[in-house]
Formats: sequence, C-alpha cells, structure tokens
Amino acid sequence: MTDLGAMYIGAGLAAIGIGLAALGVGNVFGSFLEGALRNPGAADGQQGRLFIGFAASELLGLIAFVVAILILFVVK
Amino acid sequence: MAAGKIDPMEQFMVEPVLGRRIEIGGFDLSFTNSALFMIVVFVLLALFVSGGLKRQLIPGRWQVAVEGAVSFIDNMVLTSIGPEGKKFAPYLFSLFFFILFANLVGVMPIAILPGLHTFAVTSHITVTAVLAFLSFGIVLAVGFWRHGFHFFSLFVPHGAPGWLMPVIIPVEFVSFMVRPFSLGLRLFVAMTAGHILLEVFGSFVVQGLQAASPLGSFVSLLSFIMIIGVSALELLVCAIQAYVFALLTSLYLNDAVHLH
Repeated sequence: MTDLGAMYIGAGLAAIGIGLAALGVGNVFGSFLEGALRNPGAADGQQGRLFIGFAASELLGLIAFVVAILILFVVK
Repeated sequence: MAAGKIDPMEQFMVEPVLGRRIEIGGFDLSFTNSALFMIVVFVLLALFVSGGLKRQLIPGRWQVAVEGAVSFIDNMVLTSIGPEGKKFAPYLFSLFFFILFANLVGVMPIAILPGLHTFAVTSHITVTAVLAFLSFGIVLAVGFWRHGFHFFSLFVPHGAPGWLMPVIIPVEFVSFMVRPFSLGLRLFVAMTAGHILLEVFGSFVVQGLQAASPLGSFVSLLSFIMIIGVSALELLVCAIQAYVFALLTSLYLNDAVHLH
C-alpha cells in the first residue's frame, strides 16, 4: 500500500466520526421533539438547552471533519 | 481529468483585492477580499439597524424587523444571564448579527455574475478565533472584575465530595480553557464544511456536463438538485451557528457573572 493510499484510507476512517455525530444530533432533536409533543407548553423555554446539546454533539463531528481535512491537506 | 478538476479549497484563498500587496515594515497589510467582505457585512448591518431607528409610534415593517431582532437578543440574554446581563446585550447583538450577516453574505450566489465571487469571512479560523477570544476575554475580565480571585471557585462544583477535588478541578479547568477554541472552531468548521460541500457538488455538475454522455447529464442533474437542498440546509446552518455562538457566549458570561 502506498503512502497516498494509506492517507486516503485514514481520512475516510476519520470521516466515520461525522456519521456518529449525526446520530448524536438526531438523538438531541428527536428527544426534544418527543418531550415537546408531550408537553408543548414547556417546549419554548427549553430551546436554549436544545441548541446547547446540539452544539456540544455537533462539535465532535466537526472535529472529526477537521481531522479528515488535516490528513488530506496538511499531512505530507 | 486534470483539466476539469476543480479545487474545493480555492474559494478560501485570501488575496489582495486590487491585485497588489502592500508591505509596511515587513508585514503584509494588503487590503484583502476578507477585509472587503468584512466591510460589506458592516455596511449591510449598519444599513439594517439604521433603517429601524426612526422610533415611530406606529412602526413600519423595517422598524418591526429591527425591534424584533433586538428583543430576540434581549430575551436570550434575559433567560441565560438574567437582569444583570442587560449590559452585555449590545455586545451579543453585534456578535450575533455580524456572524449571521457574514455567514449569509458568504453563501450569496453572486458568483453567477462573471468575475465576482463572495468570500465567507467566517470560514477562516483567524476571524472566528478572534471573535471567540474576544468573548473569552470579556468573560475573564467580567469574572475577575466582579469576583476577584473568588472567580477560581468556578472550577469547584457545589456538592462534590472533597476527595474528588484533585480530579474534578483539573477537568473543570481544562473544560474552561478549551471554551474559546471550541467556540471558534465550531463556527469555522461548520462554514468551511458547507462551502466545500457546495463546491464539490458544483464540480460534479460541471464534470457531468463535460462528460457529454447521458449518464453524465443524469449525474449532473442529480447533483444540481442536491445543491438546491444543501443550499437550503446551509441557510439554516448559517442562522444556527450564529445563534449557537451568541448563546454559548451568553452562557459563559452567565458563569462569569453568577459563578454557577
């Protein structure tokens, strides 16, 4: 296996994390919706917390993306 | 293949607008496209806000829009910091709307006019990191101003047993110090990723048409439909990232004001 091939495989492996973060983000919004449908009156007050949870779980996917980009463009 | 290849990173190139570099004392002080688009964002923002400052008793549409924007930020500050946070509302307003306008200007499709293309200011970590460190600096300044060295009690959660302290204090310290990096990185990566995605699908459209075969045209059409969807998603991401940046800044300010 050439170094270039190994680099592309590594970048692809790093990109798996983005899919896992997608599960996390989906879980955040899904759980919010589940709770909001049970008690719609309390839903509006929790929107800030919804976005904090979204931001926290999204960040990990973005870091996986950064790792993939670093492998592709920076590592020589 | 090499002729039709489109580099998705080319759009992030910072280059002098007028084509020549200005060097003063060994520093490159050229007027770049990044600076140009920051000025564009500033002018748009100034126009937007100044249109709503007429203070009519019966507000027009524009004034309602600006008042809605102001009360949106006011509500965010009130729910996350409380009444003491009122003095941070102007900073958070500027932060939110600068990022929102910069994101939106970055995805505007003015590249269909030949020779023009937008530049997403927030897709550079230099810009977002400066914003994040500004927020973090304000948090530190407010925290030390209000509480002095008592501010360090931020690292000691209430009700944690004493024997846990050697573990919990370093963890809290690291999670506090990582905040500006995560704040800046999130915005930068979200915008960069979106722009790369749009560019990659755009290059699929071009290469599909260049292939001049039925399959190529089909791929091109599918990619074009995908671009429409991704663009809509990008508009959402622009707003969400600006909101998240302002929201997290206000939460960190809440920590500095109230110490848990």
